[in-house]
Amino acid sequence: MQFMLLFSRQGKLRLQKWYVPLSDKEKKKITRELVQTVLARKPKMCSFLEWRDLKIVYKRYASLYFCCAIEDQDNELITLEIIHRYVELLDKYFGSVCELDIIFNFEKAYFILDEFLLGGEVQETSKKNVLKAIEQADLLQEKTETMYHSKSFIGFKKAY
Amino acid sequence: MVVPSLKLQDLIEEIRGAKTQAQEREVIQKECAHIRASFRDGDPVHRHRQLAKLLYVHMLGYPAHFGQMECLKLIASSRFTDKRVGYLGAMLLLDERHDAHLLITNSIKNDLSQGIQPVQGLALCTLSTMGSAEMCRDLAPEVEKLLLQPSPYVRKKAILTAVHMIRKVPELSSVFLPPCAQLLHERHHGILLGTITLITELCERSPAALRHFRKVVPQLVHILRTLVTMGYSTEHSISGVSDPFLQVQILRLLRILGRNHEESSETMNDLLAQVATNTDTSRNAGNAVLFETVLTIMDIRSAAGLRVLAVNILGRFLLNSDRNIRYVALTSLLRLVQSDHSAVQRHRPTVVECLRETDASLSRRALELSLALVNSSNVRAMMQELQAFLESCPPDLRADCASGILLAAERFAPTKRWHIDTILHVLTTAGTHVRDDAVANLTQLIGGAQELHAYSVRRLYNALAEDISQQPLVQVAAWCIGEYGDLLLAGNCEEIEPLQVDEEEVLALLEKVLQSHMSLPATRGYALTALMKLSTRLCGDNNRIRQVVSIYGSCLDVELQQRAVEYDTLFRKYDHMRAAILEKMPLVERDGPQADEEAKESKEAAQLSEAAPVPTEPQASQLLDLLDLLDGASGDVQHPPPLDPSPGGALIHLLDLPCVPPPPASCSVTQAGVQWRDLGSLQPLPPGFKLFLCLSLPSPGLSSHPRSQSV
Repeated sequence: MQFMLLFSRQGKLRLQKWYVPLSDKEKKKITRELVQTVLARKPKMCSFLEWRDLKIVYKRYASLYFCCAIEDQDNELITLEIIHRYVELLDKYFGSVCELDIIFNFEKAYFILDEFLLGGEVQETSKKNVLKAIEQADLLQEKTETMYHSKSFIGFKKAY
Repeated sequence: MVVPSLKLQDLIEEIRGAKTQAQEREVIQKECAHIRASFRDGDPVHRHRQLAKLLYVHMLGYPAHFGQMECLKLIASSRFTDKRVGYLGAMLLLDERHDAHLLITNSIKNDLSQGIQPVQGLALCTLSTMGSAEMCRDLAPEVEKLLLQPSPYVRKKAILTAVHMIRKVPELSSVFLPPCAQLLHERHHGILLGTITLITELCERSPAALRHFRKVVPQLVHILRTLVTMGYSTEHSISGVSDPFLQVQILRLLRILGRNHEESSETMNDLLAQVATNTDTSRNAGNAVLFETVLTIMDIRSAAGLRVLAVNILGRFLLNSDRNIRYVALTSLLRLVQSDHSAVQRHRPTVVECLRETDASLSRRALELSLALVNSSNVRAMMQELQAFLESCPPDLRADCASGILLAAERFAPTKRWHIDTILHVLTTAGTHVRDDAVANLTQLIGGAQELHAYSVRRLYNALAEDISQQPLVQVAAWCIGEYGDLLLAGNCEEIEPLQVDEEEVLALLEKVLQSHMSLPATRGYALTALMKLSTRLCGDNNRIRQVVSIYGSCLDVELQQRAVEYDTLFRKYDHMRAAILEKMPLVERDGPQADEEAKESKEAAQLSEAAPVPTEPQASQLLDLLDLLDGASGDVQHPPPLDPSPGGALIHLLDLPCVPPPPASCSVTQAGVQWRDLGSLQPLPPGFKLFLCLSLPSPGLSSHPRSQSV
């Protein structure tokens, strides 16, 4: 996979994961053009389209478009499964996910994606394992937060 | 009192609350100023929160490069929260083109060798997303060590990081090739998947690696077989298909290993047959596996029966109600149509059905495939379908469809009449989308089929009477009516209903074409010449024609004006030659405009020399010599001796007409128009100079003639 974009029906970007090195300007241009192209598709059309020299696989879930760019030799149908799996993971994590969840917790969306795909390839095919990994990382984060805050609380007291 | 910084979620709310773009920008600028200040002051506690806010703002499209250094600081921190956000920031903000990105190499190295597992995971993830070639070279040893770690969580990530490293630095293949054999024995799906991806990458890059890994084919077959036959496992299955991601990846590797290798292909045959027949195809996951299987079967040296099975599966896909599946089926069949033509032919009816798709990308595929499937036995049926499609297809497909039909008609036309009918139909339906040479081709075709002259002219007349807007059609029709006007008026033709056409009607129609604002200048040229030709074909007096011709003598379009003036002169001064000059064109051969030009030249030169009362022998032969220049030998410059203007020589008078500057040498030979040369004033001809004496050869390039203007 070369990149994955999540955007709303109004064309607002909600997540961008790039697995190829491109300049900021190029990324913006690609995003703009691709968003336009995908949003122009009618609802009954198929999920695949050819764009520049890439194959684009996209699927709409409620108000969000999930859009992946894959290479010529990649399997389009399995990419649809990849997208679906990611949505399932988000759903399980947030509990019936909606666009707002992804807006307000965009870092979490990235973390979940990074436990499912790595370098553009699938790293873990078990839903359970991905969610477990995220849970553990979240727990670790909480632990360090409480530790730190208990320390800094003392510090805070000191300053004032 | 220090104002506590906004929490991330509060900032997001505030931004979303902004009613206008300007308001949003204001909020963001204010916040960015705070963030910058906080970065400067070095508040370690909330640094991660500041960066997270910056990343959000970055996603909205605002500049965030000043956060790059903070990413480095956060990654170097020991707090897990900091690292998490820091690495995310690195992936989003650091650019491998700028050297700044190399600064995280050390942090990553530390984290890889000493960090706890989640931290190692973060480091590997970042490395595999934005790691540049230098970073990969530096960190390869660390990653290699991690391949042998006991924890599958880290190992699977290390393997995929290795894949990325090989993509960036192919030389690292030698580092990561040895561990693969052992990794293949693992049971953990994530590790297996990563390993197979790694092996695929290695094999694609180096033929030596490919040969090396051929020996694992049996092992891969075993893994896949186990996967397929083992029972439903909730953890890895999707809709009853065991770990489709892993299956697809194994199939892809098998494809690469079995390509052009008999032995490997044979080892796989049974398994592929098994997967192809046993996979549950009720949902997309199963179809994805089946699709990959089909691709593999078609690419390796599989048994013939297996290939047929694969094509049949694709045929079944074509009937699937899921549009996506039909799309991949059409794409794959298109790839196979050359190599397995007869197998694909069997599915022709289904493919033709797909032409009726409402989805444009599907109907485009179906069109390409249909055109590829046309052959001499099915051409009539296919053409019917394609012509029906042409009438209703979306505009962006029209041009391709039209040219496809014309090409196929040319290759497989069973009879000339059918061919003419087909081209006529295309011109009527999609005239504006055909290529420029369609007109030339059709006129040549008609001209060459003597028995069909009457039929053609009648059909074209009918078509023209209905609609004069389609330019290629009008051009051909005008030409035809001009050439075969007498057959049109004769009234009887067996192959079509008898039609009583009046001379006046014909002239009126051509005049209509001339006057219509829809007609291109080239079309007008055709119409004018046709009228001129009719002056010899029709029985009535030519007053009407003469009138029209003289009117156009003052037309603004230079080309048209020139023609009109010349024709007018033909009426007035050289009436006795008119019949000869406007005679029917001889049957042309297909293989070159040169051939027919020469045929015409010699014929007309002969007539000219006959008609002229006092042509001296050397003059006539000199004329013929000049005409021989048209052999196309551009280096062959003959310098004709200047012809003495003899007062009685009608030949010279004939040529004493307004001279036209010669067209640029690059113009094609078929670019016509009547161009009379003043031979008396000829200088040594430039190389490649073409002398045009033929009347109204179809001139496809005329519409792009540099001098033509739209009136």
